[in-house]
This record gives sequence, C-alpha cells and structure tokens, in this order.
Amino acid sequence: MFGMFRRKPAVNEAERHATATQLQLTWWRFRRHKLAMVSLVVVALFYLIAIGADFLATTDPHATDARTSYIAPQGIHWFDDDGSLRPHVYGIKGVRDLKTFKVVYTIDPSRKVYIEFFGRGYSYSFLGMETDRHLMVLKDPQRGEGIYLLGTDLLGRDLFSRLVVATRVSLTIGLIGVSLSLFLGVLLGGVSAVYGGIVDTVIQRAIEVIRSMPTIPLWLGLAAALPNDWSVMQVYFAITIIISLLAWTDLARVVRGKFLALREEDFVLAAELAGASQGRIIFHHMLPSFASHIIAAVSLALPAMIISETSLSFLGLGLRPPAISWGILLQDAQNIQTLALAPWLLVAAVPVILVILAFNFLGDGLRDAADPYG
Amino acid sequence: MVEPILSVRGLTTHFFGVEGVTRAVDGVDLDVFEGRTLGIVGESGCGKSVTARSILRIVDRPGRIVSGQTMFRRAEGGPAIDLLQLSEAEMRQVRGREIGLVFQEPMASFSQHYTIGNQISEAVRLHMKLDKRAAHDRAIELLDMVGVPQPSRRVDEYPFQLSGGLRQRVMIAMALACDPRVVIADEPTTALDVTTQAQILDLLRDLQEKRGLAIILITHDMGVIAEMAHDVAVMYLGRAVETGTVKDMFAAPRHPYTRALLRSIPTVLAKPRTRLPTIAGSIPHPFDRPKGCPYHPRCAEIITGTCEAQEPPVTGAVGAQVRCFLHGGRA
Amino acid sequence: MIAFITRRLLLGLFTLFLISVLSFLIIQLPPGDFVDAYIAQLAASGSAVSAAEAEGLRQLYGLGQPFYVQYWKWISRILVGDFGESMEWRRPVTEVIGDRIWLTLLLSFAALVITWGLALPIGIFSAVRQYSFADYAFTLVGFIGIAVPNFLLALIVMYLAFRFFGASVGGLFSAEMALAPWSVEKVWDLIKHLPLPAIILALGGTAQLIRIMRANLLDELRRPYVVTARAKGLSERRTILKYPVRAALNPFASNIAYLFPYLVSGSIIVSIVLGLPTVGPLLVKALIAQDMFLAGTIVLLLGVMTVIGTFISDLVLMWVEPRLRHQMD
Repeated sequence: MFGMFRRKPAVNEAERHATATQLQLTWWRFRRHKLAMVSLVVVALFYLIAIGADFLATTDPHATDARTSYIAPQGIHWFDDDGSLRPHVYGIKGVRDLKTFKVVYTIDPSRKVYIEFFGRGYSYSFLGMETDRHLMVLKDPQRGEGIYLLGTDLLGRDLFSRLVVATRVSLTIGLIGVSLSLFLGVLLGGVSAVYGGIVDTVIQRAIEVIRSMPTIPLWLGLAAALPNDWSVMQVYFAITIIISLLAWTDLARVVRGKFLALREEDFVLAAELAGASQGRIIFHHMLPSFASHIIAAVSLALPAMIISETSLSFLGLGLRPPAISWGILLQDAQNIQTLALAPWLLVAAVPVILVILAFNFLGDGLRDAADPYG
Repeated sequence: MVEPILSVRGLTTHFFGVEGVTRAVDGVDLDVFEGRTLGIVGESGCGKSVTARSILRIVDRPGRIVSGQTMFRRAEGGPAIDLLQLSEAEMRQVRGREIGLVFQEPMASFSQHYTIGNQISEAVRLHMKLDKRAAHDRAIELLDMVGVPQPSRRVDEYPFQLSGGLRQRVMIAMALACDPRVVIADEPTTALDVTTQAQILDLLRDLQEKRGLAIILITHDMGVIAEMAHDVAVMYLGRAVETGTVKDMFAAPRHPYTRALLRSIPTVLAKPRTRLPTIAGSIPHPFDRPKGCPYHPRCAEIITGTCEAQEPPVTGAVGAQVRCFLHGGRA
Repeated sequence: MIAFITRRLLLGLFTLFLISVLSFLIIQLPPGDFVDAYIAQLAASGSAVSAAEAEGLRQLYGLGQPFYVQYWKWISRILVGDFGESMEWRRPVTEVIGDRIWLTLLLSFAALVITWGLALPIGIFSAVRQYSFADYAFTLVGFIGIAVPNFLLALIVMYLAFRFFGASVGGLFSAEMALAPWSVEKVWDLIKHLPLPAIILALGGTAQLIRIMRANLLDELRRPYVVTARAKGLSERRTILKYPVRAALNPFASNIAYLFPYLVSGSIIVSIVLGLPTVGPLLVKALIAQDMFLAGTIVLLLGVMTVIGTFISDLVLMWVEPRLRHQMD
C-alpha cells in the first residue's frame, strides 16, 4: 500500500495569512476599507498641494490692492467667441460712482485676459531654488486683474492663492506639533510602562491633571503672553510647542496601555527566556505589535492639532498676519456683516473640514486594520 | 422503549462568513432521555457547542440553522413539538424554563455588574412570575442546593468575588432556576482544576438522580465521559461519527476516530517509557474540508479508493450509529 | 471606595493649585507690565498719568516684586473673597464678570445634558441596528460633529440663518431682555435662546461619545454573558439593555469626566463667534490688555468649574462601576 498521499502544499489564502508580517497584515486589512483608502489619497493630495503651494498660486498672496477688494469668485471661461479653446478671465475697469464720486472697480466682460499655463508670475523659492513659474498666470494683465477663482478679500488679495499657501502652513504645524506630541507621548508613556511604580504613578497623575484642565483658556493665555515683537516664525514654533505640551497625553496613554498589555504576552516572555536584552525586546519584538496603533493614534491626533491652530489663529491669538493659515483666513469671516457682503470668505472652512474628515477616516481605518479585535 | 425527551434529527447549522461558508454542524442525529446523560465529545472546533446553541436557537450571527428537526416533549405533556418551528416568543418560553444551559467560562458568562442573586432570580421572575422577595428566597434555596456555603450572604455578592469552582456552581444554580427537565452543560469543567471538576460532576450526577434531569454534557475529555455519561456521541467536523452507550463504545469502539481517541488516553497500565499514541495530522481548516470522508486524511484504517472519494453513509439506528465504510456502505 | 474619592479630591485640589499658578504665570509672562499698557491706553484716549500715579499703581498691584510675592498677594486676597479690581474697567472683578460666569456654567451644563441625552440612545441604537439606514445617517451627522470644529459650525450656522431666515442668530437674550433685571420673562427668554448655542457646542462631544458607545457596545454584544442572558429566555431588548449596555456604560462614563473641560473650553470660542454674554469674549479682551486680575480670575474660575465637574463625573463613574466600589480597580 502506498499509504496516505501527501497533499501538495498549496499557497492558499490561509497560508499567506499565516506567514505575513504584522505590517503586511495591517496593510491588507486597511486596503479593504474603501473610505480609508480614499482618505489616504485625499491626505496625500493635500500634502502635495502644500508642497507645490506657490506653484499652484496665481497671484502673490501678500500683494494687496484696494481696487480688487471683495470681488466675487470668477470662473474661468474656457472657450473664446469663435469656439477655440483659449481659457480667459474678464478684466477690470474702474467706474466712477456718480453718487459718491469714488471709483468703483468691477468686472468688465468686454475685456478678455488670457490665461497662460506654466507662465511667469511672482517669484518664490521652491526647495532652495528661485523661480517664478506658476500653473496658471494671466498674459499681460493690467493692474488689479487676476484669476480670482475664489474671489478676493477686503484687501484685494486673491483668496485661492492664499488658501493654497495657507494649506502649507496649517498642515505643517499639524505635522510638527504631532511629532512633538508623539515624541513626548511615546517617551513618557513608555517610561511609565517600563519602570512602573512611583514613576508610573507620577506620570499618570500628571496626565490626569493635564487632561482635566480647560485647554482653551490656557492656550489663549500662553499665546497672548508671546511678545508682540516676535517674528512670524518664532510665533509659529511657539504656538506649536504650546499646543503639543497639552496634547501628548492621549498618545502617552495609548503607548502605556499597549505596552502593559504586550508585556504580559507570551512571546515577550519567550524572548526574555531566550536571553534577549531589554532594548531588543522593546524595539524588535514589541514595537512592531503596537506600531500600527501608534500610527492610528497619530493620524487621529493630527486633526486635533489642526483645529487647535485654526482656532487660536481665528481668535487672533495664534499666528498673526502676515502669516497665512486657515485660521487667519477665517478670521476675516468673523462677523455677519462681512459675510453678508462677501460670503466666499467662508471657503476656507472647506479644506479644514475635508482634512479633518480625511484624517479621521484614515485614523479609523488604520486603527481597525491594526487591531480588528481591540 | 422509553420516548426520548429531546430528539434531534438532521440538525444543520452553517456560518455564512465573508470568507466562505463554514459547515459547523452538518446533519446531526441525537436522542436525549430523562434521567440519563448524553455526552458529546470531540476536539475543539468539531461543532459541539454550536450543536448545543442550535438546540436553543441562540446561534450567533453569521450562523444560521439551515435545516433539521428538534422534537421536544414539553412538561405539560401533549405531542412533541419541533423547537425549530416555534416562533421567537414561544422559544423564549422554552429557554431557561424547560431547557437550561450551563456555560463554560463562568467568569465571562456572568455579567460583572449585577449580583449573582440578581442574575439567578431574573430567570425565576421571568418564567415563574414570582415577586422580588420570593425570587430572592428561591435564589438562596438554589445556591444551597448546589452547595454554595453561606448562601444568604453570597446571594448579594458579585461574580468576581467568588472562586472559580463556586462560580461554576452558581452557573448550575442559574441553569436550574426554573426547574428545567433538560440541562445542556457546555464544557462545565474545562476551566476548573481536577478536584473541583470531580465535585462539579458529583453535583450534576446528584441533581440528575434527585430530579430525573436529562443532561447533555459537552466535553473534549474522555475521562469525563467515562465517569458521567450514559450515552455518547463522538463528533468530528460537524458530524456525529459514532453514537452509542458508554459501555458499548468503550468496550468496542467502531469508528477509527473513536478508537484513536480512546487509545490516546494516558493510562497507568501502559508500559513505562512508551510513546503516547496521538492522532496523526490536525483538524483541517473549515474552508479546506477534505473530499469524501472528512476524517480520511488522519485515518489509520483508511480504505484507499473509497474513503477519499465518497462520504460514508450512516449505519445503524439513532443512538447506535456509525459513519464509516468499515461498517457498511461500500458499494 | 473612600480611597478612590479621597484620591480624586486631592488630585482635584492639586490641579486647582496648578491652574492658579499657571494662570498667574501666564499673566506675568509678557515683558513690561500692565501699568505700561494701561498708561499707553490712557495716553491714547487723551488723559495722561503722572509718574507718581504710575508708581502708586505699581505699589497697589505689587508689580515689580518677585513672582511668588505677587502670587501670594493675589491668592490670599482671593481666599477672603476679594478678587481684585479690573485694571481696565476700574471696577471690582466680580462686578465685571458678574452674570457671565453663571451663564458660562449654564451653557456648558446644557451642552453636557444634551450630549448625554443624545449620545447614549443614539450610540446604543447604532450598535444594535448596525448597517441600517438610521445607523448610516447618524454616522454621517456624527462625522459632521467631529469634522467641523465648533467655532466653524457656529460661523456656518450663523451665516445660514442669516442667509435663509434673515435672522440674526446669536446672543443668549433678545435685545430688550439683555439689559433688563432678572425676572421670569428673562429666564424664559434665556431658555428660548439656549438650545442653539448649546447644540452647536455639544455636537462635537456628542459625536465622539456616540462613536465610543457604539464601538464599545459592539464589542460587548459579542461577549459570552450576552448569550447566557439569551439562554435564560430574556427578550432581545431586555437582554441588550440590561447587560451589554451596562458594561459599555463604563468606558462611556469614564470619558464623560473629560467632557466637561472640553465643553467649558469650547464655550469660550463659540461664545466669541456667537457674541454670547459669557466669560469667553471677556477673557480674550482681558488677555490682550494684560488685565491681570480679570484674566487670572476668569481662568481660575473656569478651572474651578472644570475640576468640580470632573470630580462629579468621577463620582458618576464610581456609581456605574461596582468594581471600583469594591476597590478592585
């Protein structure tokens, strides 16, 4: 008798799953979340915009011009009268108002100003290089004419350009802030878990104390305390540090919780028994298990950062002009009278909401993928 | 012939998961008699627990009872009814009241937020319409019956305040609260140490004698079967591959799986330093069901050519069945 | 149980102390002191302050002395009920703050009640009727709550109300009632105006709590004790409401402790946007003007409110979790 036939080892689904690394498993599970995947794309897009902000901008976001104050959003007209594809916008003309004798600037449909792609506009530095190429510029514009895709603000500045540049500021503050919180959180959470005892108690109590403080009054206070003569960059970093100092607690708790849970796992015991050093156990064995949780927590902390900065700047106590961030843009939309006159000023709310939603879905997806049972 | 109090025929429960269909219970026939214990034994994942839950119709999603019949003779007499045909409201009358369920992990199977008195008397108040006071007293009575010391004090304690053995006793008390005639015990002793295990089994046997309880005892431990059960069903991958009385089965096991199980029990009589016989291979993945007889990849007595190709039919009457080509069914 | 309460109490007191120090520190951080700012302000409005008067002011407020001396002066006066004078308004701080602090409390509390009242049933419903249309609808609303920061929501609501209803939303009182003395009509006016700001404030927290409740309940629904309850013959509704909900209540309740600081904080910004007569707008102005006593007092009061609120939440948590009562945390 031949005995039992040995079945050929088939690389079936079950086996693939059994041999994949934690990171691979997480990625596969993540891929199944359509919403999270879409959010990943959205986030990536936003950061691309942030990097190429100046390139995408059409006019100098700092250039003010009284003539172009509060112009409503202008569409791009793609086709010329003869049907050819020649994108253009309408020009501006000044008309004297006979009642007030002031010159009022309005859109002049009879004048066409053509759009040039990859043309020359205001100069900026990109990755150390000086350049003046932009995605879209106007050919031979007169003073005050521009591609006002989203309208202009009180001082005549193109909102679209400002929005795009603000993206860079708001998103990077988020990143820097989260990195700081991450560092503090992992450090203190890890120390708390590894050393236990008094150290743990002290850190835990500190976390509880910080969590139970009303954050906004404290932010406001700290932000207001910054000297008025500090440069924009200094204020920028100071704000980031202030927000991070209060935001690390959530990450610390996650890190500590996961650490403590993992410490009880058998594979850690096995590594110890095999003679691995503390460091190796922590970094080589335990870290991969909760790396995905950390990533998830981070992507959920980012929107909080962004909201913090936006709120502070909105109140005038965060970043200050001439810096440009979403919060600062929204500051212009603070009262009803202004909004009645120029409702397009609210458009700065859109990227804020989109980014927060995207990060939330992303974080949710990552969290589910990291630990579907936890 | 005594009529069985519970009669299961062709019970089939499948789990419809995202990755595929798991045939957890695949056509099971069982008979349960008053005053006797039916042991259901098998390795983890063979479908024993799902069978118990299917009888009570508390299978979790994505599981669903696909077909079958569970004829049950009710306390008030009359013809046997098919539990699978009852409406949900009617089924709720049966659960807890006529059929009780004892669970495996008493720590996880109790809520930690209510006292044990509360959890016991809940069933009592629901089914027997007693008021709070009377139900409370009955809970104390039940605790006493299962051997919990100082029942009037314990009744107001929380499950986390009791030891494992005591918790299991309380679990039994809860299952018996409304005086059911059938008790299904799902691995009642697995989580306990050997001494406590013996005590719990004694308790169950005692209660059975006193009240003529029909017990379905689910376990993976052949020793427990030998001690407690009158009748046995051996399950593998959702099927009962052999059924019979304990005496018959231990004396002359017919299915190769049963034989292998019995062989693998460590015994004092074995020669020293001999290897413990184990069953080759392991339980196949539910999505990787072998063609033909599900046991054939691990079978020591396989008939090549037949066993891989077709599924063996059932031979014998319910209660003394076997599914194996060795005993019939070969064309 | 006593140990738990005492620990929370001591922690609360320590937090208060820390907040008071921090708030005082904040005021002291900017270089130059209030008097300079005050003098500048007076000069701008036309009146001048002589050097002697300036010195007198400095002495009065203990400016120029070491930090801990000033702090001690401030705290000891507070403990006897003297919160000092607002340098900007030249009136006692208590007068300037007046009703605003109570309105802040009322707003935060209203938002808290709304949050609890909405989050619990919706969370349970979403978990039990997972994947139903209602679940998706609530999830959507929930996401709006999470994605849109409350001040933005206030802004948008204000604009929409104006655009479509021509109404000027905002304020806790109608124009006539605002300056009137307290009366039954005024209270009723307040109640009529309260829901909108309270809901705007509550939305973010509610959305969070709904998610937490839903996630926890989904977890608990899979647990063995739920099967036990069903096996006893309990109806589905009874089973769910009595057992897994009770278990899921725990993490839900422990998150409530931090809801109150969040609401108090949030009310500041929402108040500013909606122009509510609460403490928020006052605080911002005080900070910009470096009005030490006013700003410090407001932050301190907010801190007190928060700490008390957190403590009460802890008591609720303890009531909900028998394991804490039996000292088995």
